[in-house]
Amino acid sequence: MSTNDHDERTRERDSQATFGEYGGQYVPEALMPAVQELEDAYERYVLENEDGFMDEFRDRMRDFGGRPTPLQRAERLSERYDREIYLKREDLVHGGAHKLNNALGQVLLAKYMGKERIIAETGAGQHGTATAMAAAHLDMPCEIYMGRTDINRQRPNVYRMRMNGAEVNPVTAGSGTLKEAINETMRDWATTVERTHYVIGSVVGPHPFPKLVRDFQSVISQEARKQIQEKAGRLPDSVVACAGGGSNTMGTFHEFVPDEDVDLYAVEAGGSSLEIDEENALAPNSATLSTGTDGVLHGAMTKLLQSADGQIMESHSVSAGLDYAGVGPELSYLVDTGRVTPASVDDEAALNGFHRLSRLEGIIPALESSHALGYLEENYEDLGEVVVVNVSGRGDKDLETVLEETEKRDLEAAPEVEVFDR
Amino acid sequence: MTSEDRRPAGGEPRETRTGSDGGKRPVSADYDSDVEAAIRKNHPALITYLAVGDPSIEETKAYVEALDRGGSDLIELGLPFSEPIAEGPTIQASINRALEAGTTSEAFFELVEDLETDATLLVMTYYNKILQYGDEPDVGPFVKRAAKVGLSGIIVPDLPAEEADPLREACDEHGLDLIFIIAPTTEGERLETIMSQVSGFAYVQARLGTTGARGDVSSATHDSLARLSDYEVPKAVGFGVSEGDHAAEIVEAGADGVIVGSALVDIVAESDDPAAALEAKAEELKRGAVRGSETVTNDTEDAPEPEQP
Repeated sequence: MSTNDHDERTRERDSQATFGEYGGQYVPEALMPAVQELEDAYERYVLENEDGFMDEFRDRMRDFGGRPTPLQRAERLSERYDREIYLKREDLVHGGAHKLNNALGQVLLAKYMGKERIIAETGAGQHGTATAMAAAHLDMPCEIYMGRTDINRQRPNVYRMRMNGAEVNPVTAGSGTLKEAINETMRDWATTVERTHYVIGSVVGPHPFPKLVRDFQSVISQEARKQIQEKAGRLPDSVVACAGGGSNTMGTFHEFVPDEDVDLYAVEAGGSSLEIDEENALAPNSATLSTGTDGVLHGAMTKLLQSADGQIMESHSVSAGLDYAGVGPELSYLVDTGRVTPASVDDEAALNGFHRLSRLEGIIPALESSHALGYLEENYEDLGEVVVVNVSGRGDKDLETVLEETEKRDLEAAPEVEVFDR
Repeated sequence: MTSEDRRPAGGEPRETRTGSDGGKRPVSADYDSDVEAAIRKNHPALITYLAVGDPSIEETKAYVEALDRGGSDLIELGLPFSEPIAEGPTIQASINRALEAGTTSEAFFELVEDLETDATLLVMTYYNKILQYGDEPDVGPFVKRAAKVGLSGIIVPDLPAEEADPLREACDEHGLDLIFIIAPTTEGERLETIMSQVSGFAYVQARLGTTGARGDVSSATHDSLARLSDYEVPKAVGFGVSEGDHAAEIVEAGADGVIVGSALVDIVAESDDPAAALEAKAEELKRGAVRGSETVTNDTEDAPEPEQP
C-alpha cells in the first residue's frame, strides 16, 4: 500500500485478519458469512481446543498419519558440507508428504462444524490425494477440482483420489493448472457454501485460512525444534524449506520465528529464469517472494507474479507443487520484515538436489523439497554449523518428470544414462 | 473477535459530488447520487453488462451503444481480470476473449471516454485491477481516472464491506458510488450494516453461485426481496436474469431494477448481428420490467404472492 493511513486503518480494522498489510478477506459477499463461521470455528476448536478438537487431531495424526516424523542426521550430507545437516522427514507422513497435516485437520474441523461435504483444489495432486485420504478416513463425501493439464501429467494421483472415493472434476479454463483449479473451487464454494467446507491446500486464501493451515502444519516445527535440541543439544543456525504457496514453509518455520538467532530460508522455484515475459504475462519461474509485487489474489493481499496492468501471470516450475503465482500472506510479511530470507534455485539445481539425496542418503525427495536441497548445495557455507532442511515429501510421484527432465540435460548429480533406458 | 468488531465503518452522507468534469456540484435534492437518480427516474431500471474488449474495443463501443438505444438505463462495463472468481462459464469465456484481444485498463478508460450514451455508466472489475492502475498498489489513481472519463459507480465482486474502506473513501472523494452486493447468505446484523451504507443501489444477488443465464427466477430472489422490503434504498437484482418475463417477475416482486449480463454476452459470442440483437434484447427486458411494475401499480392491495419456481 502506498499510504500509511491505509496501513493503520487495515490494522485497526482487525489485526487478526492481517499480517502487517498482507492478508485480509477479499472474497465475494456470498462467502463472507462462511468465512466468518470458519473464523469462529478456528478460534473455538483450534485455538481453544473446544470439545477436545486438537487432542483428537493429534491422536489421529499419530495413529493414521504416522506422526511424529523423525529428524534424521544426514551422514553423507554432513560429511559433504562439513557441518551438521538434519533432515525433517515429512516424506514419511502417510501419503508421502506434509499435506496430510493440513488436510486431516481441516476435514476434521469441517466435521466439528457440522458440514456435510468437502471440496478442495489440487495442482499436482498432492493436496487432492491427502484430502481424499482424510475424507475417506473421516467418512465425508469429497470432490476435488484439478486442472486438465495437471490431470494429464499426474494420472497416478487421479487414480489414488478415486480409489479413496473422491470425485475428480476436471477444470478446462485457462492453462488448466492450480490457479484455475482454485478459481473453480471458489465458485463451487460460492454455490454450496451452506453445507460445504473448502479445504484450501496452502497458507493462502482469505483469513482465517492462512493461520488455520499454518497452525495445522506447525506440528512440523513443534517436533523439529524439540528434536534438534535433543540431538544437537542446541537450536540450529538455519532452517531451510522450499516455498510455493508456503504451507510446508510456514509449518517448518513457525516455532522458530521467535528464535531470532535461527536464520530462516524460503527457497522458491527459479524455474528456467527469473526474467518475466510481460507481454505474454508469462513468468518462467514461481519466485513470488523474490520477485513479486503486492496485490490481491484468491482472497488475500500478498506478493504476486503479475503484469503491470494487474493480470496474474502463468508461472512455471519443473515441480508442479511450487508452480503458483501467489504465496501465503504471512510469508510476504516475514520477508518484508526481514525475518525470512527469500531465495531461489533453478530447475537444474533442484534436479541435482533430487539425484544427490537419492544417491547419498537413500531418500528420494519430492521435486519441491529438492529445491531446498539444491539451495543447501549452493549456499551451505552461509548456513552455519547446524542446519535443518525440511524434506516436505517423497519423490515417487515425480519419477516420470525427473526421467524426462534428466534426459534433456547434462546433470552432474544424475546417475549414468543407462539407468534411464525405458 | 466478535461480529461487533467486524462492522464496516459507515460513510458520512455526502453534501456535494464531484462530477465527471472534476468540478464539485450539489447532489440533486431528491437523490443521493447520479446512480440512484438513474434508477429512480427510470423506474423500473434496466441495467445491462458487457465485458469490454470482447471481441475488440471497437465492437464493444457499437454493442454498448446498441444496449443504450434498446433502453438500458445503466450499463455495467466489465474490465477484464485474469481470475474472475465470481463469474460463471459464459462471462469467463467472454473475459478470456477480451484478454486475448489485449484489453488493458488504459484501453478501457479510453473507450469509456469515447462512448456516447444516455445510460449512466458503471465499471465492474476485480480489486487487483483497481489497485494496480497507478505506479504503486493504490486505489486512488483508478478512481480518479474513472471519474474523469465519466463513470458514475464501481462494482467489485471480490471486495466485501470489511475491506472496502480505502475504495469507499476514494469514491467519496471523486464522487463515485461504490455498489455493494447483497447475497442470499447476507442476513441479520451484517445485512443491516451493509444496507445502512448502500451507495447508488443495493445489488441483490439472486442466487448462490456465479453469474450465468438461467431458465427461471430463483426462490432466493423472492426471499431476498422480501427480506429487503423494509429498506428504502433502490434494489436491483442480478445473477441469472435472461428474459423479459424474468424482469417482469422480479420487478413485480419488489425490485427497482434488473441486471442482465450473461444473456447479453451470449449474444455477443453467438449472434450474426450482435448490435441489432442486443438492442432487441434490451427492449424485451425493459418491456418486461415495465410490465412487472404495471402489475404492481394496477394490483389491489392484496396482490397474489409471486409464483415460486
